[in-house]
Amino acid sequence: MIRHLACFLAALAGIAAPAALGAAPLRIEITEGVIEPLPFAVPDFVPASPAAAGMAAQIARVVAEDLTGTGLFREIPASAFISTVSDFDAPVQYADWKAINAQALITGSVAEAGGQLTVQFRVHDVFSGAELGNGLQFTGTSDGWRRMAHKVADAVYSRITGEGGYFDSRVVFVSETGPKDDRRKRLAVMDYDGANVQYLTDSASIVLAPRFSPTGDRVLYTSYESGFPRIYVLDIGRIERRILEENEGTMSFAPRFAPDGQTVVYSLTEGGNTDIYTLSIATGQRTRLTNAPSIETAPSYSPDGKRIVFESDRSGTQQLYIMPAGGGEPTRISFGQGRYGTPVWSPRGDMIAFTKQNEGRFHIGVMRTDGSEERLLTASFLDEGPTWAPNGRVIMFTRETQGAGGSASLYSVDITGRNLRPVRTPEGASDPSWSPLQN
Amino acid sequence: MTHPLTSLTTPRLLMLCAVLALAACNNAAKYGGPGGAGGAGGSAVVAGSASDPRSPAYFQQTIGDRVLFQVDQSTLTPEAQQILNGQASWLMTNANFNAVIEGHADEQGTREYNLALGARRANAAREYLVSRGVAGNRLKVVSYGKERPIEICSEESCYAKNRRAVTVLASGLTG
Repeated sequence: MIRHLACFLAALAGIAAPAALGAAPLRIEITEGVIEPLPFAVPDFVPASPAAAGMAAQIARVVAEDLTGTGLFREIPASAFISTVSDFDAPVQYADWKAINAQALITGSVAEAGGQLTVQFRVHDVFSGAELGNGLQFTGTSDGWRRMAHKVADAVYSRITGEGGYFDSRVVFVSETGPKDDRRKRLAVMDYDGANVQYLTDSASIVLAPRFSPTGDRVLYTSYESGFPRIYVLDIGRIERRILEENEGTMSFAPRFAPDGQTVVYSLTEGGNTDIYTLSIATGQRTRLTNAPSIETAPSYSPDGKRIVFESDRSGTQQLYIMPAGGGEPTRISFGQGRYGTPVWSPRGDMIAFTKQNEGRFHIGVMRTDGSEERLLTASFLDEGPTWAPNGRVIMFTRETQGAGGSASLYSVDITGRNLRPVRTPEGASDPSWSPLQN
Repeated sequence: MTHPLTSLTTPRLLMLCAVLALAACNNAAKYGGPGGAGGAGGSAVVAGSASDPRSPAYFQQTIGDRVLFQVDQSTLTPEAQQILNGQASWLMTNANFNAVIEGHADEQGTREYNLALGARRANAAREYLVSRGVAGNRLKVVSYGKERPIEICSEESCYAKNRRAVTVLASGLTG
């Protein structure tokens, strides 16, 4: 009886124009800084066969973790549910979800056959009593089930925020063990949420600051394998590395890809002086972009490839500058108190993330590309090395704790600074670099 | 990473190099002290006795293998110049040794900047040694930035010792 009533109400709601019910649209504006997260429910996905039940439940969990991890959403626990969803294609009993104040409801189904997984899902705007967009289906291998969950969460996030997602992405970083005076470092890559860690090098030599290529297939990094810091490129799929710069008597470090994926911008030190150069991966041709007795390092391209932001101490302390991609007169953009380093251009092109040192504290901050609207997002003994999520709305960075027992770990923070979270890694971790969204 | 090197030229050492394929071995065998041997830190036993003026131990302990720097500076203090004078004399007397000068920074700074700062420091020491008559082709420089502190507290007493340039001797086998 109750079920029938609910169906009736749901049907009625479906017939009436949803807006006439006076519900606010299911929408989050990220830039406004969400103080009250949007409540959502994601019941276990419906397994197409009993064998898929475990995976169906796990996928729903990962979707929920992705959404709550943004700080923009709040999950309503299953213990509060009035309805269950046992048939993906049956009409949704909106009143039951409205009663527990779920604004968004995510339903799904999971079918598994021969190592292949098919995931279907729908997003429901509970207060409008209607679907938000059309249902979608993803297929992939059973091993890649977490990726399927991330794809569902990316679609939900995109529909509700109007922004691109970032969950189906990876992070390459430096995994660290050992005390401060005998730290061992090796490269590792993992899903953005810390799952599926894979090691890419051993810890025989110091490795630093890996950076993803624009397509996520290769990584640039610095290694002391030769006895001197030199830049290398590593193919992630084949785990094959190649040295890029081996000029006797020099050091090279701080490499980063140009948007074309073929050019590397980096720092080269010769005779104690550090300047910025580019290198063509294909031809090995080197071009000098800066020529000053000061330290020029940490270069990062604008997404259109036309400009480079970098740090220089030419004014006496570390500050941020922008120059044309071919070199030329730089323009200083940082003017606040303290020192600014490690600038990274947002993938949206609108902002630059940086590390700031002021009065003995370190901060991760963002500013517009002309230096205006500077905003500090974090503060600690030592925060450094920001990297942008593919959608330009979240930043991951290294936080190192103080003292003899100090260790490094990864954190993420959204660009409002409200949602600071640790990123799970199996060991200490530093120097994260976020991949683009996977295909 | 620090291995006691008790013998200078025995096959055992060469084998160790081959097995470990350590950075140090690419640049001839090093006689590392704290902050030496690939910046690995710790206290290595170096060859010879600190009272034998021709021994690496004398260079490391009696003359002093390192000079210290002020915060964010690469200028050599008078004390540093005095130590480097001693290093220069020793290197000119013991022409069968080359050296790698390792520049280091304390942890108060971003990684890339500290690499560049360490390079400035190592280069300042190198240029001074060259100005005192040591042939430039005997001296290489490398920076470890803040990657290899020898003191691990987060206070100035430790930072002061970490802001250093260490002259690490290497037998001149491969020059």
